[in-house]
Amino acid sequence: MNGPILSIRGLKKAYASGTEALKSIDLDIARGEIFALLGPNGAGKTTLINIVCGTVTATAGQVLVNGRDWQQDYRYARERIGLVPQELHTDAFEPVLSTVRFSRELFGKTPDRGYIEQLLRDLTLWDKRRTIMKELSGGMKRRVMIAKALAHEPEILFLDEPTAGVDVELRRDMWALVRRLRENGTTIILTTHYIEEAEEMADRVGVIRHGELILVEEKQALMRKLGKKELKLLLSEPLEAVPAQLRDYDLRLGGDGRELTYAFDANSERTGIPSLLTAMREMGIAFKDLDTRQSSLEEIFVELVSEREPGK
Amino acid sequence: MNWRGVWALYKFEMHRFRRTLWTGLAVPVITTSLYFIVFGSAIGSRINEIDGVEYGAFIVPGLMMLSLFTESIFNASFGIHMPRFTGTIYEILSAPLSAFETVLGYVGAATTKSMTVALVIFATAHLFVDVRLEHPVWMLAYLTLVAVTFCLFGFLVGIWAKGFEQLQVIPLLVVTPLTFLGGTFYSIDMLPEPWRTVTMFNPVVYLINGFRWTFFGTAEVAVGVSLAATLGFFLACLVAIAWVFRTGYRLKQ
Repeated sequence: MNGPILSIRGLKKAYASGTEALKSIDLDIARGEIFALLGPNGAGKTTLINIVCGTVTATAGQVLVNGRDWQQDYRYARERIGLVPQELHTDAFEPVLSTVRFSRELFGKTPDRGYIEQLLRDLTLWDKRRTIMKELSGGMKRRVMIAKALAHEPEILFLDEPTAGVDVELRRDMWALVRRLRENGTTIILTTHYIEEAEEMADRVGVIRHGELILVEEKQALMRKLGKKELKLLLSEPLEAVPAQLRDYDLRLGGDGRELTYAFDANSERTGIPSLLTAMREMGIAFKDLDTRQSSLEEIFVELVSEREPGK
Repeated sequence: MNWRGVWALYKFEMHRFRRTLWTGLAVPVITTSLYFIVFGSAIGSRINEIDGVEYGAFIVPGLMMLSLFTESIFNASFGIHMPRFTGTIYEILSAPLSAFETVLGYVGAATTKSMTVALVIFATAHLFVDVRLEHPVWMLAYLTLVAVTFCLFGFLVGIWAKGFEQLQVIPLLVVTPLTFLGGTFYSIDMLPEPWRTVTMFNPVVYLINGFRWTFFGTAEVAVGVSLAATLGFFLACLVAIAWVFRTGYRLKQ
């Protein structure tokens, strides 16, 4: 099937209090991609996901799943969407196996013992299949939430803060799972506070702030476009301050005067590095080592959000 | 129609009932037995027959209705309130289920539970009194109608309630008093004026009288009026539930 798997058009959400949670969101999600939605707390990420999944009503706008309206064809749309909410909502006394089977049947799918067993094995839950939910750890509950969302074999999976509050090992497991799902053709939309997560997994990144989608970009292109590089020089002798002759350069002195950091635009024709090094040599400032690094997605994100802060 | 989804909801709710089967059935059976001992034997033995029916038998339909009302409201309200409370409602709302299918799953299970309790009470009553049943088919039909209606009402209570305390408000402060004052333990003809006239404004009077007619073939209120009152309440609940799903009242933000 051609075209985006999910199209969001002019989606708005305003609460009775007058708060505008979403201000006309337009977004297309390509089939099979991993899309990361970034934004600070209260930006509207969860509201956007919940409207698409049918748990929150939109004030205006439309969502199309494979070109079909998500309200008029709600059965078609919902059969194709799986949701892992941010909070660990579970039925405390239900065993793992029955709660996952319940999710599959709720979505109208015929029982499939083989599929459910494989799903639980993939999520290392098979040994816990008879354990009731309240006896599971937080990490295990998170896995069950994912199993429930995948129980009806959705084409689109929403992961709302999938690794919030989980340990590093489980986070790595989650990332591996998401990659496997993508390899199997599942489209994944995740929200996260961990920029590292988006940087690690996403094909595209969207940044949402105060209910507005302020940027949608290929992750690599975004990092290329907005990424700044830094040159770090480890000086032979410490400096007390950045010399006046070098004030034209964007320099930072740290490490007890032994680290001189120069920020430059990697995409610029003239990075300024040769002239800086020449100037330093002429001034007799020697260095023992040097290193360059690209700014992370987190730095880009912080910059983006602060740049667009009203009144700043 | 997502029958499998409805069946999944129904099974889930019935599974919860099975987990508490013994308390779910033992409580109404013990309570009813106490009513029979106190009202049927101790007090009832001093009361003459009412409309040719022994007092112990006379109170059976009322006792069944009393339990049916409270069980229906409790089961249906708890059924929908629990996922709202735990947050698992997200799964129901995001599933390919229509409003009708969702209600069918929850109310269907609650109806099964409350009717089971009412029929267990009917069986228990036979241990104490000889109850004749003039219209068994009508009895089952009327029992089903009232059970479904009060389960729909309970579903609304479960949506409306902001906490578990509020779940108890309607059954304890409204339904139980109305049922006690609605002729469960006495004939409304026994009341002096103006209480007799006042009692006629109690909707439960019509429900109990309609049900009592299916047992003994006689009632203090015309059966047609009782049936119309029950159907009216049933339709009012349906309209309210349709509004809840259309607006998302306390279900969706």
